[in-house]
Amino acid sequence: MMSEKILYSFTAIFDSPDEVSHATEKVVEQGYTKFDVHSPYPLHGMDDAMKLPPSKLGYVALVFGLSGMVAALLTMWWISAVDYPIVIGGKPLFSFPAYIPIVFEITVLSASIATVLAMLFVFFKLPNNSHPLHGTEYMKKVSSDKYGISIQAEDPKFDEASVRKLFESLQAREIYSIYWDNEELTHKHKILEPKFLTFLFVVAIISSGTAYFTLNKLMYMIPFNWMMDQPKQSAQQKSLVFSDGFGMRQPVAGTVARGYMPYEFKGKPDVAGEKLINPIPISIESLKLGQVKFDIYCSPCHGYHAEGNSRLRGQFPNPPSLHSEKVRNWSDGRIFAVLTEGQNIMPSYATQLSVDERWAVINYLRVLQRALDAKETDLQ
Amino acid sequence: MSTVDYTRELSVLDTKPALRELDDLISKPLETKPNKKFYIALSITLSMLSLLVIGLGLTFYYGIGMWGNNNPVGWAFDIVNFVFWVGIGHAGTLISAILFLFRQKWRTGIARFAEGMTIFAVMTAGLFPLIHVGRPWLAGYLFPYPNQHSVWVNFTSPLLWDVFAVSTYLTVSLIFWYVGLIPDLATLREKTTNKIKKVIYSTFSLGWRFSNRHWQNYEMVYLILAGFATPLVLSVHTIVSFDFAVSIIPGWHTTIFPPYFVAGAVFSGFAMVQNVLIIVRKIFNYEHIITLDTLEKMNKIMLLTGSMVGYAYAMEFFIAWYSGMEMERFTFLNRALGPYAWAYWIMITCNVVSPQLFWFKKIRRTIPVMFVIAIFVNIGMWFERFVIIVTSLSRDFLPSSWAYYKPTYVDAMILIGSFGFFFTWILLFAKALPVVSMAEVKAVVEGAQPSHKEH
Repeated sequence: MMSEKILYSFTAIFDSPDEVSHATEKVVEQGYTKFDVHSPYPLHGMDDAMKLPPSKLGYVALVFGLSGMVAALLTMWWISAVDYPIVIGGKPLFSFPAYIPIVFEITVLSASIATVLAMLFVFFKLPNNSHPLHGTEYMKKVSSDKYGISIQAEDPKFDEASVRKLFESLQAREIYSIYWDNEELTHKHKILEPKFLTFLFVVAIISSGTAYFTLNKLMYMIPFNWMMDQPKQSAQQKSLVFSDGFGMRQPVAGTVARGYMPYEFKGKPDVAGEKLINPIPISIESLKLGQVKFDIYCSPCHGYHAEGNSRLRGQFPNPPSLHSEKVRNWSDGRIFAVLTEGQNIMPSYATQLSVDERWAVINYLRVLQRALDAKETDLQ
Repeated sequence: MSTVDYTRELSVLDTKPALRELDDLISKPLETKPNKKFYIALSITLSMLSLLVIGLGLTFYYGIGMWGNNNPVGWAFDIVNFVFWVGIGHAGTLISAILFLFRQKWRTGIARFAEGMTIFAVMTAGLFPLIHVGRPWLAGYLFPYPNQHSVWVNFTSPLLWDVFAVSTYLTVSLIFWYVGLIPDLATLREKTTNKIKKVIYSTFSLGWRFSNRHWQNYEMVYLILAGFATPLVLSVHTIVSFDFAVSIIPGWHTTIFPPYFVAGAVFSGFAMVQNVLIIVRKIFNYEHIITLDTLEKMNKIMLLTGSMVGYAYAMEFFIAWYSGMEMERFTFLNRALGPYAWAYWIMITCNVVSPQLFWFKKIRRTIPVMFVIAIFVNIGMWFERFVIIVTSLSRDFLPSSWAYYKPTYVDAMILIGSFGFFFTWILLFAKALPVVSMAEVKAVVEGAQPSHKEH
């Protein structure tokens, strides 16, 4: 333990604002720099008397205000024009005039918060309740109705006798010497103190417990769950109304789903060949669609030109050429049956190709066949 | 003591009280046990507050079907109360920020209290949008945050602007208020002998040292905050008026709304500040700090803003006729002569006629009369919002869907309860914190500033 106290400053109390501003001018004249004037309210003209440079907090407000402004604008642009582009009320995705209110609010908010935080925690280095001036008679007086000057011991020109003499010559009402508090100086915060650890533990338990309870229990209680609990039958629920107990109902017999055509010729490809007629007329669109689908689904085995030259290099049995007499003479319906049901080792393509797509592939196949078996008239 | 001579002018600028006496006077309610009057007042406000709790409980449990809102009147007491309370808050910022920028020294006595009122009024106002959404526990979705639904808010909606405006307003008001409180809390820290209070004051005064190196920056920040709060307060009620003006309902879709709403807000806010201050100065013997001169100046502002509001009412009618739009004309005739004519004429009497009495100096300086007029003003301003919202909605474009709105008992409970909520906060504030800024009042006492004589 240190027994000897370390001097922090010499302080003088004055009764009136005129006296203290006069005294301040004298202190500055004497060349002291590490000093401070204390008063219960701001004294006009004191910054001049103390020769203080102008406050820089205006720049903090400017920088943070402008940053908030730009950040708000960019965020709104990104959200409404990039991440979630939804046209509302016929306005453009980035509708600047409508953003002005929020941009203004965010500017004010960020500038105000930043300026106050910067003042308190950066400029003043508060909170600081361990400053040597705290808990002194001097502080009691300047907090209420007196005015004080404090010259710090660390000032290069500081000398106990001369400072005391200066204060006396200025007719100070009272003079105090202020010491550092040894206990404050030697006190060290220990992070692993059992008290602190217990505190951390309790905070952790309470916050995680509350979060768990709120998110997993509370929101499923009455009345919070009333939006989920609706008096209606949903698909997989048991029904109390119908005798079979199913919530889902069977459609009326013979119902056909929208866009679905039943295939009547299962296992009867020859009948299909006779009865089915290609409903898709040959057109550029249909042929282009047919080409795309043929190249995707048929060409791996049959080859791009349907010559049976597989790209699978023997890993799968080569299919026959589609330019054979047999296939050329098949009706469109007969080929449709093969695409729908498959044949020998070829599987069904009913799930990969819709009905219209199958007919389009057949149209395209006819083009390929004609290319190797052109007629005299084609040359004209 | 029994009779106070209200005709005598008492002003901090005229007399020179000792600074320590000011400290004692202002901190007296904090250091003494509250008297019977305080407990009676508190029990009244707490009873009103309990009505709010019950009303909100019913609304919570059964949903907003407990209210009188119907189709087409989907906005009723909830939004009326919201606009009313936000408006009340505006006077506080006007006094603390705008009058500060204009260097009006008379504001120092009432600024702290008015700022406190702003905060409590905005808190009260904030309740209403929350309960209006029906499921207040889901109100977090009002803010844009990256949620698991990948859904963002609509930045072009006035209702979202409102979320930003009101939350910014509350935050900036709180900061402004707290920054003003720091030196006073430090004074109290030095003054108190109670150990627990000392810890509390030390914590919240952050170790403020009354240093003039700090005061210089502090005054700068106060100026900056006042500079920001001034456009902010104008923007808040402007945005509140956009909730209506941006829609296409006749009677709402007018460009006069922003200035008209701001004037109305200041008008009702000053009425409320005046009412509460009259009670406070009486209870705490602050006649020397909150002087009759101050009250008279507030009455003048009420006269000004009341006349502006009256002008706006007249202009709305004129424009409705001048626009030649049939719907607009009908809406305004319907206001004055339709099923809600009673509300309209209450509004006109209270807002336009009653403040005109403030032309007479005698009335401006007679406390009981001004107190009653200010109460009328608040009633009138509440009805103004009722007239704007309910009459416009109840009869809009489609006569087949017209309906008459009647509030239910739950609506009434919530309205009364909101006053209970507000005044409970006011009472606790008056007991727990200095309701007059000690540092600011000391700074304007005569002889408090150096006289700048030549040395």
